[in-house]
Parts: sequence; structure tokens; C-alpha cells
Amino acid sequence: MNFDFSEEQTMIKDSVSRFVRDEYDFDTRRAIIDSEEGISREFWSMFAELGWLSVPFAEEYGGFGGSVEDIAAVMEELGKGIVVEPYASTVVVFGGLLSASDNSDLKAQVIPSIIDGSCMGSLAYTEAQSRYEMTDVATSARVCDGGYKINGEKTVVANGGTANKFIVTARHSGEQFDRDGISLFMVDASAPGVEVKSYKMMDGQSAATVTFKDVMVSETQLLNTAGEGMDLIDQVMPQILMGLSAEALGIMSTLNTTTVEYSKVRQQFDTPISSFQVLQHRMVDTFMACEQTKSMLFRGLCQAGEDDSAALLKTVHALKATVARYGKLVGEEAIQIHGGIGMTDELNIGHYVKRLMMINVSFGDGDYHQKKFNQLSYSA
Amino acid sequence: MDINFSAEDLAFRDEVREFFDQEYDSAIKTKLSSKVGEEYKQGMVDWQKKLYAKGWVAPGWPAEYGGTEWTSTQKFIYETERGLAGIPDVVPFGLKMVAPVIYTFGNEEQKARFLPRILESKDWWCQGYSEPGAGSDLAALNTTADYAGDNYIVNGRKIWTTFAQYADWIFCLVRTSKGMRKQQGISFLLIDMNTPGIEVKPIVTIDGKHSLNEVLFENVKVPAENLIGEQDKGWTYAKALLAHERTGMAEVADSTRMLEALKQRARVEVNGGNAMIDDPIFQMRLSNIEMELMALEYTELRVFASMAAGGMPGPESSLLKIKGTEISQAIHELQLQLASFYGGALPEDLNADELKHDFAFEARGKYMYGRAATIYGGSNEVQRNVIAKAVLGL
Repeated sequence: MNFDFSEEQTMIKDSVSRFVRDEYDFDTRRAIIDSEEGISREFWSMFAELGWLSVPFAEEYGGFGGSVEDIAAVMEELGKGIVVEPYASTVVVFGGLLSASDNSDLKAQVIPSIIDGSCMGSLAYTEAQSRYEMTDVATSARVCDGGYKINGEKTVVANGGTANKFIVTARHSGEQFDRDGISLFMVDASAPGVEVKSYKMMDGQSAATVTFKDVMVSETQLLNTAGEGMDLIDQVMPQILMGLSAEALGIMSTLNTTTVEYSKVRQQFDTPISSFQVLQHRMVDTFMACEQTKSMLFRGLCQAGEDDSAALLKTVHALKATVARYGKLVGEEAIQIHGGIGMTDELNIGHYVKRLMMINVSFGDGDYHQKKFNQLSYSA
Repeated sequence: MDINFSAEDLAFRDEVREFFDQEYDSAIKTKLSSKVGEEYKQGMVDWQKKLYAKGWVAPGWPAEYGGTEWTSTQKFIYETERGLAGIPDVVPFGLKMVAPVIYTFGNEEQKARFLPRILESKDWWCQGYSEPGAGSDLAALNTTADYAGDNYIVNGRKIWTTFAQYADWIFCLVRTSKGMRKQQGISFLLIDMNTPGIEVKPIVTIDGKHSLNEVLFENVKVPAENLIGEQDKGWTYAKALLAHERTGMAEVADSTRMLEALKQRARVEVNGGNAMIDDPIFQMRLSNIEMELMALEYTELRVFASMAAGGMPGPESSLLKIKGTEISQAIHELQLQLASFYGGALPEDLNADELKHDFAFEARGKYMYGRAATIYGGSNEVQRNVIAKAVLGL
């Protein structure tokens, strides 16, 4: 039994941690967000040089050959700095799906460009009507000469403005809510018929409405067998949820540490507010919330190494629901205990909270995942 | 990261399972399922004697006094299997509370006199800590022991004394002098319950049962040889004991078993023709508990892993008691909710056929007595104080 990160994992974790501490202070982050692109290409190249962009990819494509544990190690540290560069959407989500794809030509073509930092990617799956249900796909992929023609509109596509490529969910057959018949296509952002309208999100990241009008794609752009895209998504989803949860954990622990430290220096009624028992107990509750979240993440990481996908699925639903509940508790208490200063845009607290809020609604909120958990656990 | 056990540890787990399966038999189960009383006491003694015969009654003790020499992994496996099998822990007052104080701080005569009888379940012990004016603030105790010749003369009242009605001995914290701080001047005294001047008064709890007592001392003469360690140093010994008490209070295995039983019952209990387990709100309540328990299981494993690696338990250990008791109370609460109005029926001699319900009494009893879990062993508020100070540095 072992809950320690390996030496290799610790090295990469330390490397991300050093970057956040030494290079990514709050003012730097703010300047990046205020820049035209909203991300730092310079830092992205640095991520590539440091090998962070290669973590989940197989060695045959020049990757590090890492596991979900490695991803979690990186994501937790990125969370501590609320880093806005699109690591999650490019490496964990887009890269994760591509890694799991059986289209080796496509992998050989795209993965090296992710690793060297030249390609940013995103999964375009949400639609105006779909909310969190990934099988609710109205975007169509109709068979035509030489391949498929994609028509439809994807909403709040993470980092859609900076992505060079999208993996698009499009319906190849079946009805709107059918699990079968959804295909995954690799589409260039610059392909004819693709239109991207980008906007800022409250967490400093960006999103886009992406429209596909008669976009021609060939068979070679399919990530796996046409119509079986959901198989690939389901396969990668635990890794996505654990990656995002690890980021949330990094944020939660930072909020807790910052709040505890602030309470020790903030004087009211001639005494540090940390001396008030009511505040002490609330900070103990947020400490426990963080530890329990960490334990649930570790449960998922351990189970990911075993061969019990049903148990893992239950755990990752529970994990995302836990992140939602405890993330909200930790965030709200951080603002409350900071008091008026916690309300200001100037202080970092609110920005950590807003990223937690966005993680909550990424790939299903707490209620969504708890409902899935209930279905798996209690429906006969 | 992994939670894999070695082949040796898995073999040990099988041995534990087999032993429990064979030895925790229906005779013992019947006795232990009875209401708290002489039969229950006998059931516990029978079971502890079987554990003693196997050499497993005191896993926490050093080998020289009769411990098992188990690794921390084996201890963890044993506790987990015990909880999953629904087997109660040994009565802690002798084996887990006073014995460590005796073998750590007692003299050779005391060790030889008391330890073997504790191992063999010949003596039943109870704990004389709390007083009417000293609960969570234990050091505020007022029971006095005045040194006179070769004896201490004890006067005062102890309260919340579990199973004092069965006890042969009581270990007490008593005040032997007034110090600058209230923690000073406390001594640790072993008292024979048959000594003249001791009176045990039952306290019936809100579950309608009698496991708690008040113990009154009026000019009770206690031989000075029954003092543990030095006079006035008792608080140090008591603190060491409390550390023992706090470990292993998450009771994850017990809660896991109770939650499974709860789910089974929720499949049977219906409302409007639908099983309660299909009710979306009930499902939310269930999963709120189940998810917390899934996390706590790994919190416990994390604590255990760091101890198995020879380290001290990390800050995560301090939340085991708080979360563990909150979860078990939440399970009791849902169980009682399932029992609905049947849970209110008073005469416990009504059988399931007469009442038309089969777990109502158990559900109410567990819920009512279960309220104590967040009060004893250092109330959860005190636990939060401890975390605030020791972990967060507040």
C-alpha cells in the first residue's frame, strides 16, 4: 500500500510548483488575462520545453508515457497558481481522447505538435440544448463523397479562440439523444466552414461558440469507428474528471492556507480573528473538506490502476460531486473569513473561487454526477 | 499509488475471516443481541475468552505482556474484518485503556497482578474519568484522594461510567493536591469496586437502556499500592491513554456494513408502492453518506499507510473521529427515517409480527444511543479545537 507520488512524479510536480511560485504571480497572471490572446505563448513554449505537454502521451509519439497520476500531479500544482494556459483542454481532454484513439496516422500527425507546443486543441461537444448530457448531439455528420459533411453549432468550447484543432462530436446516425451514432472528428480550426466566436470567461480562461457549416472531413479524421465516439469519451472521462478534480484540490488547499494565514494577522477587537472559536471550527471544516476531497481523488487514482472500471466510474462520479460540494464550501468560507477584502477583485481569493466554480460546471456539475452515482449505486 | 496487500497479509486476512466465521458462533451472537444485561456481559466475556485462547485478545499490547506482535498492516486488516463481520470490539476499559497505562507507567507488582487477569477477562474494568463538573473539560475534576498512612481516602462522584454495574475494578483520576494549574495534582488510582463506600447508581439513557452509571465514593479506602506511577502525575498518564482512545475511531468497516444493511432495508421498505431506494430524495440522502464514507475509507488508509511506513499519522488522522461519528450518526438517522412511525413503538417485547415491522427498535436504539458518539472520546467540538491548534496552528 502506498499513497506517495513516485520520484518521477514528484520531480514534475516540483517543477510545476516552482514555476507557479517563481514565475506566475498574481500580477503576471492578470497581465496575461488582459493581453489580447488571454494566454502566454511564451509560457506555453516553456511548458513544452519542460516536458509538461508530453505527460500523457505514449513514448512512440515522443511522449512521457505518464498515467492519470502524473496528470493529477501536474494539475494540482497548476491549480495552486490558477494557471490560465489551456493545459486541461489541450493536454488532458483533447490529448487524452487522441491518446485513446486507434487512428495511428492521426496520432502520429497531431501528438508531436501538442508536445512541441505548436498545437492547442479542444473538445467541441456542448450544444445550446445539451447542458451536461454528452449524448445530446444535434450537430450532424452526413455521409458525402469523400467523407462527411459536418453541420451544427457548439457552445462554450473551452479555449476555442486559441485552439488550432477541435475534436468535434457529430451525429452520424440515430436520434438526438442516442448514445450510438456519435462520431469524433479531428477538425482544423482553419478549415473552410468553421467559424469561431471567442469570449472571456470569469475564471480568466476563454470559450467560444464554434459553428460548422458544411465542413468537409474525411474518414482519416475519425478518432475511432464512426458512430462509436461515446465509447472513446467514456473511456477517457475518468481521467478528465480526475484531472479537473486535482486542479480543484490545488485551488482548495491554496484557499485554505491563504485563509488560515490571513486569520492570524487580521486583528479585530484587539485580537487576531484566528482566536475566535467560531472561525477556528469553520476553518477546521474546510480543512477536513480538503482532506476528504484528496482521499476521494486518491481512491480514483488507485482504482485507475486496477481493472475494475465499474468501481472507478462510481468513484469519479463521487469525486466530481465531492469537488462541487466541498469546493463551494471552501470557496465561500474563504470569502467570508476574509471579510470585505475577500469581496474585492484586487485580492486573489475571488479568482480562485471563480475557477472552482468553472471546474464545477465542466463536464457535469455536482448534482449531475451525484445523480449518475445514484443510478449506478441504487437502481437495481 | 496502490492499496495492494502482500501475499502474507492476504493470507492473514483469510485466517482472520476463517476464525471469525467459525468462532463467532450463534451462541455468542444470541447473547450479544440481547438487551444490555447479564447475558450481554456473558456474551462479551465468552467472546473475549475465545480471542484470548487464539492469542488475539490484545493486538495492541507489547509481546512481552501478551500482545500479538502483529504489524500495523495486520492490525488494520483485523479491525477491518471485525467491522465488516459485525463483531463488536472488545470491551475497551481493561484491554485498551487501563492496560496500556499499567504496562507503560505501572510497577512490576501491578503488571503481574492486573495484566494477566485483564487478558483472561477475569476482571471487568470501568473508567472513572468524567464528573458532573468535568466533561470535555476533564481536568476540572474534583474527586479527592487524601493520603492517610498506607491508604488514600477517596471522596467524590464519577459519572457516565459505562458498564460500572458489571465492573470489578475502576480506574480513576483523582485530585491529590491543588496545583497552580488544574492539570496539576491529579493522580491515577485503581480501585476495587467491592470496596465499602462505593455506590453505583444507574443512568437510563434516551434509548431507554442502562449502560451508563454514576459512581459515588464516600470515604473509600484505597491501598496506596494501587497508585499508578507518581502521585500528582496522573494527568500525564491520562493524556497518553486518551491518545490510545482516539486512534481507530473512524469505524469505516462498521459504517460500510451498516450502510449496506440500510440499502437492503431501503429495497424492502415501500411508500406508495415504490421501494424507498428508488425515491430520488432518499437516494440523495444515501449518496451524501456513501460518498463521504468512500472518501473516509481512503483517509483512513492514508493514515494507516503513513503509520505502516513508520511515520506518525499526519494531520488527516485528526479528522477520523469527527467524520467517522458524523457518518455513523447519519446512517442511524436514515435507518430511523426508514422505520417511520414504527420507530416510535415503546414496548420492546413486541415482536416483529405484532408490530408489523422488524427493525424499528434497533433503528431507534441506534439513533438515540448513537447521539453519544459525537460527545464521548472528546466531543467533536473539542476535536475541532484540537485540529485548529495542532494542525492549523490557530
